[in-house]
Amino acid sequence: MKEILKSLWQKLFGDSVRAFGVVSLVFLASLAIAPAKNYFSEWRYYQHGYLKMIRNRSDAVTLQRHFQGGIQQIWLPDLAVVDRCTSCHVGLKETSLSDVPTQPFRPHPVIAHKLDQFGCTVCHRGQGAATTVAEAHNSTLAWEQPILPAKYIESSCGECHRGPVPGTPQLNQGRQLLARYGCVHCHTVKLQDGKIMKATDDPPSLEHIADKTTREWIYAWLKDPQAYAATATMPNFKLSDNDARDVSAFLIANSTPQPGDTATLSAKASSDPAAGATLYGESFCASCHAVQNAAGNLVGGDVGPELTRVGSKVKPEWLQSWLRNPRAYDAETAMPHYRFNDPQVAALSGFLLAKAASDLLADVHLDAATPEQIAHGKRLVSDYGCASCHEMAGIKKPENFAPELTRIGNKPVTQLVFLPGMQHTLPDYIATKIKQPRAFGQGLKMPQYTFTPAQIDSLATALLALNDRAATLPPFLTVAATPESDYQPAGKAGKLMTDLACFSCHRINGHGGDMAPDLTWEGSSVQRQWLVEFLKNPNTLRPSLIRRMPRFNLTDGEVNELTDYIMTVYQNPAVDRDSMPLSGYPQGQVELGKQLFYGKYACQGCHIVDTKTDKGYIGPTLTQVGSRLTAAWIFEWMKKPQALRPGTAEPNRAMSDEDARALTAFLISQKGAGKSEVAKK
Amino acid sequence: MICHSLTILTLLAAALVTSCSHKTALVPTPKPTAFGTAIVESSGGKQTAQAGTALPQPLVVQVNDEHGNTLPGALVEFSAAPGVTFDPANGLTDSSGQVTTNVTLGGMAGRYQLIASTTDKARKKVDLRIEEIALGYQQTLGRQLNDQYCERCHNPESTVERVSNFDNLEIKPHPFTEGDTLNKISDADLSAIISHGGPALNKSALMPAWGNNLSKSDIQALISYIRAISDPPSRNTGPLYANN
Repeated sequence: MKEILKSLWQKLFGDSVRAFGVVSLVFLASLAIAPAKNYFSEWRYYQHGYLKMIRNRSDAVTLQRHFQGGIQQIWLPDLAVVDRCTSCHVGLKETSLSDVPTQPFRPHPVIAHKLDQFGCTVCHRGQGAATTVAEAHNSTLAWEQPILPAKYIESSCGECHRGPVPGTPQLNQGRQLLARYGCVHCHTVKLQDGKIMKATDDPPSLEHIADKTTREWIYAWLKDPQAYAATATMPNFKLSDNDARDVSAFLIANSTPQPGDTATLSAKASSDPAAGATLYGESFCASCHAVQNAAGNLVGGDVGPELTRVGSKVKPEWLQSWLRNPRAYDAETAMPHYRFNDPQVAALSGFLLAKAASDLLADVHLDAATPEQIAHGKRLVSDYGCASCHEMAGIKKPENFAPELTRIGNKPVTQLVFLPGMQHTLPDYIATKIKQPRAFGQGLKMPQYTFTPAQIDSLATALLALNDRAATLPPFLTVAATPESDYQPAGKAGKLMTDLACFSCHRINGHGGDMAPDLTWEGSSVQRQWLVEFLKNPNTLRPSLIRRMPRFNLTDGEVNELTDYIMTVYQNPAVDRDSMPLSGYPQGQVELGKQLFYGKYACQGCHIVDTKTDKGYIGPTLTQVGSRLTAAWIFEWMKKPQALRPGTAEPNRAMSDEDARALTAFLISQKGAGKSEVAKK
Repeated sequence: MICHSLTILTLLAAALVTSCSHKTALVPTPKPTAFGTAIVESSGGKQTAQAGTALPQPLVVQVNDEHGNTLPGALVEFSAAPGVTFDPANGLTDSSGQVTTNVTLGGMAGRYQLIASTTDKARKKVDLRIEEIALGYQQTLGRQLNDQYCERCHNPESTVERVSNFDNLEIKPHPFTEGDTLNKISDADLSAIISHGGPALNKSALMPAWGNNLSKSDIQALISYIRAISDPPSRNTGPLYANN
């Protein structure tokens, strides 16, 4: 070996002239390295490919004119963006290339932002300054953030847009799920405005749990919440039989009786299922509560808990006192105080108690709890952080029970533990962690949720948006969310509205639910007499809706209290309800309005005025609109509906005053059968 | 020295082989116990989802034997253009002759052709082609507007949450999937109808003017959504992503 090297050395450098020649050659060759590297660079290869591709197209001349060779760069100091992606992705702005099937030459899909204003890596991540595919797209030693997989791309919208955006359903859903499934009870998420993300679920207090249900049910629930209700928000903590036994023992032992609780059955549960079913339907319980039907489909809303097997859960005494006044047990509940009378409570409780599943508690046999079991149960309750969600006597809500997620979207991959066979990327880690949290090691506490693959992707999208850039973005670049108002009506009427849980469905001044119409301007909109009658006995305004206003058995005094408040307080400054009369419009004007209604504006497509001919099924029925709405409101509504109720589906026809007045005259003359006398009062 | 370099070379080669084989390692394909003659779609075709996301409903296909009866134990394999993932990518038919898979579409908007294939007794592949639609940002926006403003009249199907108004209209609107009609209407005409109402093109006044509710870009988004879901596909739908 040594010999060979020695002779080689002799051959090359033995002679000084030859040595000079060799060194010169090596020097020349090394000089060529840089130009050669440049010449064979990837971006040049792609640009050549691009030029070759467009040569045979019909729009070749235009495309060639747009083409600029060399390294391209988008530089945005505000966003700290130096993106050279357009050096290879040459056709990003060429919409005519949309038939090109593969990257890097496809045009960018239409989005709300301009490429030159936002660059590429703001949304797609990756290393913008790199000029090779591997360095730009993948993690390197010097650059951690790889390209974000397309399915999580909406997370980047969420860095600046703090509220829901119409074009990003996945991000919006993910954020909703974070709040709805109580993730933020355990994981702190600090929002950029300094506030803490709030949960929107309302886990029940367990202080008086023994009043409500049995230890056997708690045991079965802890073992598998979804076996009781498929829609249960509570996740599965995968407790062993003994652990579930001990936690249930502790919860029952720790429960105190509700003061003033009606522990005795004041009314015998009725065994007449038809009466209960009718009342359940008439009270529109299904607007909030779902029940599984015979086919296994859930029917009903998701505001309150599913009631398919509620008879196996609640004690009859508790159910009756709950139906009589839910606020006595839980002052914060979204459930209205219906003011049911005793026969109604009996009928409804009988109907609900019959909704039992015989197999749910069949295998649960628990012996009386021992003090050791109760003590162990208490330890488990602290270990699993139950008090993060549920109030319990004697146990404090733990602070920072689980890792904070404020900047989870930037967590370095080196700090993560991956499962075997998993891709080593942050999005995969987050998605897998949500999918099977307990697979990542022994003794982990995060419970098992039952999310669909789409829900997991949404959650991962929302979490990836919580990153360094989102946290440090200058305020002028952020689009703030509409803050949720904490509006509360005042006085007696305000108390009444809380008691009736009006805000569970209606929105007023930015506060409340979206199931029912916004009532912010209700006082300008409706006639007093109509409102009185409606509160006493709500009738159907919109035939196509399945969720409707229930009847609350209000007293005359309560109705007047509510009506006075609504008519006085909820007035729109732009609508003077007394400025236009409720009758007495010239016949010609009414006739013209009718023509406009059926002809020019074809309102019958969505509304019904004449039940014999009109079939429109989208907007409210207008057969009695003249007894319901004020003329001034109708007139204003014709001209600009969205100004009165943002987001309404009523088309804005930019109507002239003349047309609007004629339609108002026609509509206000629709008093309905037998109502005209009332309206004139 | 040679010895050393040989070892290094072998080691390198071994590492290369293992790393390559690691990449191509697949979930083991189960052995079929039965062989069908036909494969049909049970549900999950013609769905619409955002590009790169999971389809709302799983894809269910069914294998039948020569008598048209469902066949348990047949192997079904799913494939599609790169970027589409199946969970699981293959499986044996269950007792009702079906295989269910969750599909995540590729990251680019357009139509995706999925292939579900099974082998018959003669070991020949029997293929079933299914199309799914991936929506880009603009089309997603359009779908959202469609849900808010258009669908209640233009979609004849009712759901539990939404009663269709289609049957109540004297002159029927065109469902947006009706490619035969809508593909012949230019973008400019569609835009005119949406912003100025049906009478703008001598059509029914039951179609109101939405020009004061929707912005120009909203209307463009709606049109791009209508083009994306039309059946047969419109020229502007974009490419069809298929295997090879």
